[in-house]
Amino acid sequence: MKILVPVTEVTTVEDEFEIEGTAIADRYLGADLNEWDEYAIEEAVQLQEAGLADEIVTVTIGPDDCEQTIRQALAKGPDRAIRVWDDALADADLLDVGLKSQILAAVVDAEEPDLVLSGVQSGDDSFGATGVTLADAVGYEWAAVVNHLAHDFDDDTASVRRELEGGVEELTDVELPAVLTIQTGINEPRYASLRGIRQAQRKPLEVQDLADLGIDADGLESALTLEEMAEPESETDVTVWEGDADETAAELADLLREKGVAQ
Amino acid sequence: MSAVLAVADHRRGELRDVSYELLTAGRALADDVGADLHVAVISGTVDDFAPKLDRDGVDTVHTVDYGEEFDHGVYTQTTVQLATELEAQYVLTPNSVNGLDYAPAVASRLDVPIVTDTVALESDGDELRATREMYGGKVETTVSLSGPAVVTIRGAEWPAAEGTGDATIEAFDPDIDEDALGATVTGFEEVAGGDVDISDADVLVSVGRGIDEEENLELIHDLADALDATVSSSRPIVDSGWLPKNRQVGQSGKVVTPDVYIAIGISGAVQHVAGMKGSETIVAINTDPNAPIMDIADYAIQDDLFDVVPALTEQFQ
Repeated sequence: MKILVPVTEVTTVEDEFEIEGTAIADRYLGADLNEWDEYAIEEAVQLQEAGLADEIVTVTIGPDDCEQTIRQALAKGPDRAIRVWDDALADADLLDVGLKSQILAAVVDAEEPDLVLSGVQSGDDSFGATGVTLADAVGYEWAAVVNHLAHDFDDDTASVRRELEGGVEELTDVELPAVLTIQTGINEPRYASLRGIRQAQRKPLEVQDLADLGIDADGLESALTLEEMAEPESETDVTVWEGDADETAAELADLLREKGVAQ
Repeated sequence: MSAVLAVADHRRGELRDVSYELLTAGRALADDVGADLHVAVISGTVDDFAPKLDRDGVDTVHTVDYGEEFDHGVYTQTTVQLATELEAQYVLTPNSVNGLDYAPAVASRLDVPIVTDTVALESDGDELRATREMYGGKVETTVSLSGPAVVTIRGAEWPAAEGTGDATIEAFDPDIDEDALGATVTGFEEVAGGDVDISDADVLVSVGRGIDEEENLELIHDLADALDATVSSSRPIVDSGWLPKNRQVGQSGKVVTPDVYIAIGISGAVQHVAGMKGSETIVAINTDPNAPIMDIADYAIQDDLFDVVPALTEQFQ
């Protein structure tokens, strides 16, 4: 079985930041491997260790800069990586799920994985829709928000649990090939070993542009435009206690006694 | 007359609250574009659901009597067929776990864009402007798109529709390709049971990612003991296996409404806030002044929990 894991480099934001126009100023931004993708990678690696997967390939849409994040993913076990980038994408707004899925679909068509394990969402824009859109685009089955995957695929079926709201899980059998969007907590993602980090530097990382994938750059346009960005308004008038820890703890203790706590 | 199509959410015989909120969002959008509001309710006891969905502002309720529980293939095929027949400009679904399991496929098949987890919507007839958060709630953004779209709405952002409407209730008979149904629900399981019910507690000492290490949880247990309170947590603590699932507050865990909720090292992601914003008094202890928890807290200490928590425990010993 071959597994494809879409890996996203997410933008992280410092606690204190400023907005300039429709973006947070660069100096407050960082980059990291998407948290949900860590769980998707771990699940794939565990399937490989169990002898159920032969090859794990990651795919990332992003410029040169994200190669460090891709190596970080490879250090955890995947065999090789594909990075898709094109000058035509530099100006496109990647908020458009349809656009991202179109690119990933071309990679799925080329790689023909049996299983695609993506994160439920990316931690920055949190659309949570790419996995299912991709599945529909390539004609795969799917399941969204998976927090357990049985490690056997009898009858070419994946038995999963989907995490519904309110502490309820849905048990579902999904025919392969399929896209599963992986929820945090499904496993315990490993830290990369020093050996893994060294090996990751030598693993194949293939760069493809849109022409390589047979996608016409002219027809590629984001349907969504980011118009405004603002800090949300506070819903309550919060009372912030000032002072050192002993002083603020005393203020809170007074409040709690007033509320009848521990009386 | 163009149309806005809202697809209700239900589970195990009950319409979910967000379905009524969806009617409010759908009516407002229908007014924006001069459209009728159509509501679809798919699978299960649809004849029982339909009159409940007939609230003020609903023009037509389409009942789809096909299967019992949610099947994303049935939902996708039905919604696509109904949206096509109605020439719906907007298809609205809840941004629920099930909504996210079929709405993207509907958008893909209708070849229209999708915008998810919206908290405000307006349309001038062609351009839709949707408000949604980014970076874990640190900023609010407005995105625009033109033409038809699929939109998912966040729960508890719109008020529930009320009253009794005079909607036409009619059955819709979809043409389901059963060979294309490749995911089968085989059962459900409650996973948050156990000895402690945090939704019963008067005082919750709730811990999040800021605690850093499992060993540090001792500080939280000590405080809870001193206050005669119950320990709960946000998702990452349960994901890490440091506390059992029945301690998790939030969308996928429990909804709690204690007298006092002390959020310690919890940033306040929307999924967490959904589970605790009904608390009477909310206290946040967090180093980040921009953490979303600060927006809903009544009282806050902007300081290191490792200094404040032991000091607070000492106050009660």
